[in-house]
Amino acid sequence: MEVLLGITGKDFTLIAASKAAMRGATILKVSDDKTRQLNKHTLMAFSGEAGDTVQFAEYIQANAQLYSMRNETDLSPSALANFVRGELASSLRSRKPYNVNLLLGGVDPITHKPSLYWLDYLASLAPVPYAAHGYAQYYCLSLLDKHHQPDISLERGMELLRLCADELKRRLPIDFKGLIVKVVTKDGIEVKPFDEDAVVRGT
Amino acid sequence: MDTLVARYSRPAYHQNEVFSEQEQQDLNDTVPSLKFAMPPVAHPSAWLRAATDDRSNPSCPIKIAHGTTTLAFRFQGGIIVATDSRATAGNWIASQTVKKVIEINSDLLGTMAGGAADCQYWLAWLGMQCRLHELRHKRRISVAAASKILANLVYQYKGMGLSMGTMCAGVTKEEGAALYYIDSDGTRLAGDLFCVGSGQTFAYGVLDSEYRWDLTTEEALELGSRSILAATHRDAYSGGFINLYHVKESGWEKHGFTDTNPVFWKTKLDKGEFSNVTSNFTE
Repeated sequence: MEVLLGITGKDFTLIAASKAAMRGATILKVSDDKTRQLNKHTLMAFSGEAGDTVQFAEYIQANAQLYSMRNETDLSPSALANFVRGELASSLRSRKPYNVNLLLGGVDPITHKPSLYWLDYLASLAPVPYAAHGYAQYYCLSLLDKHHQPDISLERGMELLRLCADELKRRLPIDFKGLIVKVVTKDGIEVKPFDEDAVVRGT
Repeated sequence: MDTLVARYSRPAYHQNEVFSEQEQQDLNDTVPSLKFAMPPVAHPSAWLRAATDDRSNPSCPIKIAHGTTTLAFRFQGGIIVATDSRATAGNWIASQTVKKVIEINSDLLGTMAGGAADCQYWLAWLGMQCRLHELRHKRRISVAAASKILANLVYQYKGMGLSMGTMCAGVTKEEGAALYYIDSDGTRLAGDLFCVGSGQTFAYGVLDSEYRWDLTTEEALELGSRSILAATHRDAYSGGFINLYHVKESGWEKHGFTDTNPVFWKTKLDKGEFSNVTSNFTE
C-alpha cells in the first residue's frame, strides 16, 4: 500500500510519496522518505520490495552524481530516465532482478521544460503528464484524467495533490501516514509543506 | 395458546388472506421453484469454483460474464444511477450493449455487477417478489424491504458460488430517497454513495472529488455520466454505453444510453481533460 504520485505543470514537476514504512502488518516508521535526488533538477521516487528499493535508488543516485562530477554537467531528466530503464532492463534478466517501481521527475536544465517518467520493475518507461504507482493508480488516475491540464500553476498542482491525498485517505483501507511532497523547478528541488491534519469525511 | 402459535408460525402474509388453500397452491406454482438441480458431485460449490474461477485457473471451462462499473448516489434531487454496458467473459468482450440497470418497477431500480446471469435472474426474481408484496399488502414495497428480500436470498446461497454486487435505489413516501448496496457475501448497506464493479475505484475517484449533497439535477447527471466515463477509460472490463437514470418522487426517469466514444472525445477536446491521451509519438 505504498503511494507514489507525480504531476507536471507549466514550469514544475511535483513528486509525492507516502511516509509509512511497512513490513507485513507493522508500520516501522511514519516519516520515511521514498525519494532520492539524482542531481540539481531530477528527483526519483521509488516503491517495491523492501531492500531492493533503496539499494537501487542509491545506486542510480551514485551514478548520476558520478557523471555530474566527471563531466561538470548534469544529465537531463530524459537521459537519466533512459539510463534507469537500461539498468532495470538488464537487472530484469539477471539471476536476482530488482523489484522496484519508480517515478522520475525533473526540469530540463537548458530548456526548463518539466517532465515526468513512469517506470516499473519490468523496465517499462513512459513519459507522462501525471502518474501514480500502486493502489493510488486506481483512485488517482481517473481523478487526474478529469482535473489535470498541461499548463497548470504550482498552486493548482498542490490542489490536485490535495484532491488525490483526500481520496486516498477516504478509500484506502490502510493508513499510509500522509505524503511527503517535493517540487522540482529550474531553481532546484524543495520540500513543500503538506498539511496532514485535515480530517477527510467519508461518505 | 395453540391457536395463537399457529397464527404466528405461518408467514405473515397468510393472515387475513381470502385465498383458499388450493388458490394459494396455484399462486405458489406460478413462482419458479428455487430448488435448482445440483451437479452430481460431493461438493457442488467447490466443483463450481474449480470450473468457473478464472483468476486461479485461467483455463477454467466456464467463463462467467464479469467486470463492470456501476454507481449510484443520493443527492438533494433524488438518486442518480449510472452504469456502463460491457459484459466480458475472461478477456473476451461478450457484449457492449448490456442493460445493467434493472427496472424493478416504476420507482425502484436495481443495478447489475458480477455474474451477469446471477444478477439478471435474481433481480428479475426480486421484481416478482416486489409485485407479490404489492398484491398482498395493497401498497408498494419499501426499498429497505426489497433490498432485504434480496440480501436474505443471496445469504441463503452463501458460499455456493453466487457472484453479484448490486444496488437498489428508489424513492418512497415513507423513506424518501433510499439507496442500498447488496452483495453475494450477504452484505447489505444503506448509504449515500456507492460504486460497484471492477471499475469502481476509477468512478469513486471522480465522484468523491465533486460530490455534494446540494448538486443540481443537471450537475448530478453530468457527474454520474463523467464518473462512468472515467471508469470506461481506465478499466479494460468496462465500456460501451453510459446508461443514466434519475430516481425522484414521481418514479425513475431514463436519461439515455449513450455511446462512450463520442462522449470521451467531446470531453477531451472541449474541456482539455484526459491530457495523457496524445497523438504525439515522438517524446
